Amino acid sequence: MDTQQQRKERLDRGIKVRTDGLYALMGWQELGYLTLPRLILIVGMLALPLLMPGMYWQRVITIVCIYALLALSFDFLAHFVGLVSLGGAFFIGVGGYFSAIFNASFGIPPLFSIPMATVSGAIVCTLLLIPCLPLRGVYFAIVTLMYPLALARVIEATDILGGTDGIMGIDSFSNSWVEQYVAIVLVLLFLFGLRRLVNTDIGLVVRAVKDNDQAVRASGMSVNFYKAGAVFIASGIGCLGGACLVHIYMWAGISLFALDFSILPIAATVIGGSGTLVGPVLGCLILVPISELLRDFGTLRIVFYAILLVCFVVFRSEGLMVYGERKYHQFERWVKV
Amino acid sequence: MEILIYGIINSIMLALMALGFALVYGISRVPNFAHGAIYVLCGFLTWIFVRSLDLNYLLGILVALVLTGILGALMYRFVLIRVRGMNISEIIASYAIGLAILEGLRYGGFKGTTHTLPVFVEGSIIIGDIPVDYQRILVVLIGVLLVAFLWLFTHYTRIGLALRGMAQDERAALMLGIDSDTMALVAMAFGCMLAGLAAILLLPLGNIVVEKGYDVLIQAIAVCIVGGLGSWMGAVLAAFLIGFAQILTTVYLGSHFQMVVALLAIIVTLILKPSGLFGQQKELEERV
Repeated sequence: MDTQQQRKERLDRGIKVRTDGLYALMGWQELGYLTLPRLILIVGMLALPLLMPGMYWQRVITIVCIYALLALSFDFLAHFVGLVSLGGAFFIGVGGYFSAIFNASFGIPPLFSIPMATVSGAIVCTLLLIPCLPLRGVYFAIVTLMYPLALARVIEATDILGGTDGIMGIDSFSNSWVEQYVAIVLVLLFLFGLRRLVNTDIGLVVRAVKDNDQAVRASGMSVNFYKAGAVFIASGIGCLGGACLVHIYMWAGISLFALDFSILPIAATVIGGSGTLVGPVLGCLILVPISELLRDFGTLRIVFYAILLVCFVVFRSEGLMVYGERKYHQFERWVKV
Repeated sequence: MEILIYGIINSIMLALMALGFALVYGISRVPNFAHGAIYVLCGFLTWIFVRSLDLNYLLGILVALVLTGILGALMYRFVLIRVRGMNISEIIASYAIGLAILEGLRYGGFKGTTHTLPVFVEGSIIIGDIPVDYQRILVVLIGVLLVAFLWLFTHYTRIGLALRGMAQDERAALMLGIDSDTMALVAMAFGCMLAGLAAILLLPLGNIVVEKGYDVLIQAIAVCIVGGLGSWMGAVLAAFLIGFAQILTTVYLGSHFQMVVALLAIIVTLILKPSGLFGQQKELEERV
């Protein structure tokens, strides 16, 4: 046996060690090292609508942002609170219907109906999910997967809220630029807001709930209170997405509860890198346009998605963002064992 | 009387749909979210063999069943085995496989309502002035036989006993020389064959449509959750509970509510008693 055994050694770059956590920056180079990735994302997102060739692709950008909001809420709940919610469609649907009712029935303009729908939708979602909060792992996942399906069937069966026709005659945004920039700014706001949040004291407790809930309980804090708070935030983000979506389509219907809204954000999170919060946004930026390009192939694009998802879950479960971060922050070299 | 007869038939149908799911989850703790897709796939396979290739009906059924069994084994061997124990990855991976199968079938031209399987025996019989066709009676008979067979199989054969050992305590089973991965593979193949068998029995009653995959999955999950995940007898009893509830709502409220019942059953059971009515799971594993 003369095969030489090697292993890959990974070392943090010096600049990473100096800038990480410690905010004692020594010069422009270190400042640049920290801000460059963030600036690329912010400037890139803000410039996207200007680079798009036409109305159609500008609309795609807005949809990307809606999905990104959902994916953010999924990632926050799943990897920082430990509640895997497969019910993105639930948040979208509740927020969407609320906004539709406020706007179409009471004549409240979008500027107010969207925030109102966000808050009231989040309250309703949280109230409905509170009984399920003590559930763990697969049980919570199944319950949240069933909520949107059940709501859609109830609306279909009882013919309330416009039944299968949905609610029509909803105001749109004043023009497509407003629509796009509202969505983009919201995504950036919640992305960096959530990153801040998980590092505050409350965020620490919430993360502790994920890692060891018994320890949190032993420290005299109510696990369910923090879980409910986190669900409120996450469902608020989801409802916001739904409310925006309704004003973009000028229509609210049962398709708001469609499985797409539950599956695609999860796929984006898995592909982008779970637990990074940036990853899901990145995943949406990759997946949604691909899905639009493949629209000609009909349902084959869902097959393509599903296979991609399986491959990532099985072979590359860390996701693109974690991979990228590692490459950015670390040297790699082969050393003899 | 009508409610009684159709309630029993509906319950057995639900039990048939759910048995495969319950078996796989009970033994390998893998929630097989591709269950509904396998169900529909087996239906279409049989349709291809019988209608397009003009095979003998019985032969076609057998080949289709074997193929679905192999597919289940492959699915476990190459995908699910790598994510075993990670709840969420299991759900995502198996659901994605199911999605790929269903939407792939839709893309492959299997849409619309033109695909039907022939019934086994034509004709119907009158039981207390309610006409019931022979196929439904056959479903009930085979359903009962299947449950009895499964009971005997898991109590008196080597593989069956090994499977049951796995279900009760995987580590102890490993110590006794039962290879858990092989057994999980067998369970998966069995579960998929059961789904396929249910499809072959039930699909002649209607037409084969892709959308059925999602409904079957929901109903199977409903039955298994109400009965307690991992408990087979619980699943059979829960099938009767949900089956009668569905028939009652169909009679008194309208057929729209049939799926609502299944979905509400899942949600209510999980909120009130997540281990199900007859589950033997430890309370701490599922609740904080």
